[in-house]
Amino acid sequence: MAPSLEVPDNVQDVLSNPLKAAPKLVAPEPEHCPGPESETAGQADSCAGCPNQAICASAPKGPDPDIPIITARLSAIKHKVLILSGKGGVGKSTFTSLLAHAFATNDNNTVGIMDTDICGPSIPKMMGVETETIHVSGAGWSPVWVLENLAVMSVQFMLPNRDDAVIWRGPKKNGLIKQFLKDVEWGEMDFLLVDTPPGTSDEHLSVNSFLKESGVDGAVVVTTPQEVALLDVRKEIDFCRKAGIKVLGIVENMSGFVCPNCTHESQIFQATTGGGRALAKEMNVPFLGAVPLDPRICMAADYGESFFDSWPDSPACTALKSVVRRVIISCDDSGGANDNLEGSVHATKIATSGEMMIKLPVDFERGTQGCKVSSQDPLKTSPSMKDPRGTLA
Amino acid sequence: MSLDKVKHIVLQKVLSGKGGVGKSSITTQLALSLSLAGHSVGILDIDLTGPSIPRLFGIESAKVTQAPGGWIPVPVHSANSTPGVGSLSCMSLGFLLRERGDAVVWRGPKKTAMVRQFLTDVLWSELDYLLIDTPPGTSDEHISLAETLLKNALPGQVAGAVVVTTPQAVATADVKKELNFCVKTGINVIGVVENMSGFVCPNCSECTNVFSKGGGQVMAQEFGVKFLGSVPIDPQFVMLVETGRRPVYPVGTEINGHDIGSSEAAHTLADTKDSSLLIEKYKDCSLCKIFRDITKDVITAVEAQAV
Repeated sequence: MAPSLEVPDNVQDVLSNPLKAAPKLVAPEPEHCPGPESETAGQADSCAGCPNQAICASAPKGPDPDIPIITARLSAIKHKVLILSGKGGVGKSTFTSLLAHAFATNDNNTVGIMDTDICGPSIPKMMGVETETIHVSGAGWSPVWVLENLAVMSVQFMLPNRDDAVIWRGPKKNGLIKQFLKDVEWGEMDFLLVDTPPGTSDEHLSVNSFLKESGVDGAVVVTTPQEVALLDVRKEIDFCRKAGIKVLGIVENMSGFVCPNCTHESQIFQATTGGGRALAKEMNVPFLGAVPLDPRICMAADYGESFFDSWPDSPACTALKSVVRRVIISCDDSGGANDNLEGSVHATKIATSGEMMIKLPVDFERGTQGCKVSSQDPLKTSPSMKDPRGTLA
Repeated sequence: MSLDKVKHIVLQKVLSGKGGVGKSSITTQLALSLSLAGHSVGILDIDLTGPSIPRLFGIESAKVTQAPGGWIPVPVHSANSTPGVGSLSCMSLGFLLRERGDAVVWRGPKKTAMVRQFLTDVLWSELDYLLIDTPPGTSDEHISLAETLLKNALPGQVAGAVVVTTPQAVATADVKKELNFCVKTGINVIGVVENMSGFVCPNCSECTNVFSKGGGQVMAQEFGVKFLGSVPIDPQFVMLVETGRRPVYPVGTEINGHDIGSSEAAHTLADTKDSSLLIEKYKDCSLCKIFRDITKDVITAVEAQAV
């Protein structure tokens, strides 16, 4: 049977027993608790006087016994990339799905997406697989395959109803993330993209500690140009530094909007402090590129289609492709050079400069098999932006 | 307990990886509008890992004062009876950080303790409305908030939640989860605000639905809650909070039927340094008129419930 959250925790119960996930404790964790799982549990300064002290101190210490299992499970994955941003709604999930589609255009690549946003999973919707469920075999949970070489894992697949709220405190979320890594049969993969929720909290700490052993290539940080967003993104980069995660670079999303009527470019989110480029310089990390705001990206995400396939000529697509190329190059720099990677760099180069056959997302209803796509001067094709909905629907 | 002097508590909630739908900017504008309507307003920002309220009010360098019995919130402006403006103050974790770039990397229990402390230890003065700005999601902060409010608030004090969304399906899919959270925790939903619905090109006044349109309204209908209104994207508002520039519009700009074009003189005036209060400048923003109506609806709903 597919795992599901069929009997979600009674919410009243969660509310009245805030720390249910750590049932061994006799009292709530104090504010400065080092965490019952940590090395210093029961020995830290703040443990003095805590009723849990003896329990924590006698709990088994040392590294999590599941970490070697995770490392073994993920050993056939060549590159693991985190997509982070301190700010919500800047396009982490959109960028993750676009990046996955871009990698997957090369048939030799196998790509996986792990959606660690437990409370607001968006990846299944963007991939058009919202209604799928997970299958379980002896080898583990099977992820949902969007394309032959593109797999997705998300909490959404486990919800009995699409709109159910997942009202979980931190420890429970960590448990699920661990299962995604430990129990999911990822198999051999070239890229595993980890999409994260906004912030710097439980999910991020867990992903980092679980993946530390198996080695993460680095993190792509997504931002929007305005200072309100940069403020939070700066915190995220600070977090990466503290956690020892390499920052592959910053992508600036939603930078500039070209009016489909008069082609006047306006800065909807004004980069009053220099935007992502200045932040990259300030924090001394690479700037991967700026992607303009395009209503058609949003439309493609709502319909669960690949933007690359639907609108290969748009300026946003060109910008995205150059960002993807830089991500691949920086992954390559961070070690683990391999043949497939060379192939994918090559393929992306072709995609931006000439003509190639690309596979459409699995779309059985329409029976499309593949289509011919040519990359022209993006500016010449901008009038086609007029009625995105009419063409997409 | 320190919420005693607060008449109505309004939660500003949004769910999701769809943070960035404008919870904080809607909170800010709702607070300014309530204040313009003569009410005294407080804002409590419980987004611990990404506090934006201090930046939006341009008081990033402010610090919280410790007084006997608790923390004093940071004042934005005081009450002024001549134009009928109510006082506005706020509290955020941003005021407690040493460096603005510092990451707050906290696990659940610590966040819970902080939220609780914010709710019990802040010395609010007499307030008509306390707006609580939340982070995206339905996790620790939200559970603690609901828990503490259920336990500590006086009956009838918690007026309910204003839910903010953007129009696209990817966002509403997540916000629906938040609506279900409210249902399950017994929090009344005052209504839904659709943010970022449409962008008016400053060059040709053509309105483009950058993130499509109408999603919020459809969602409100589906859940049987009130639709409070849609708010377009206004780069002038972004400029206002980012740089403090007074909003000006090309002559003939119309939003929702109001002509809000500014004269030439206003344009030159806007470029000079303007030291008046945020609330004064906000009156010139196109969104101010839209929020006047939304605020009216919120006040009616809250007062109807309190009776």
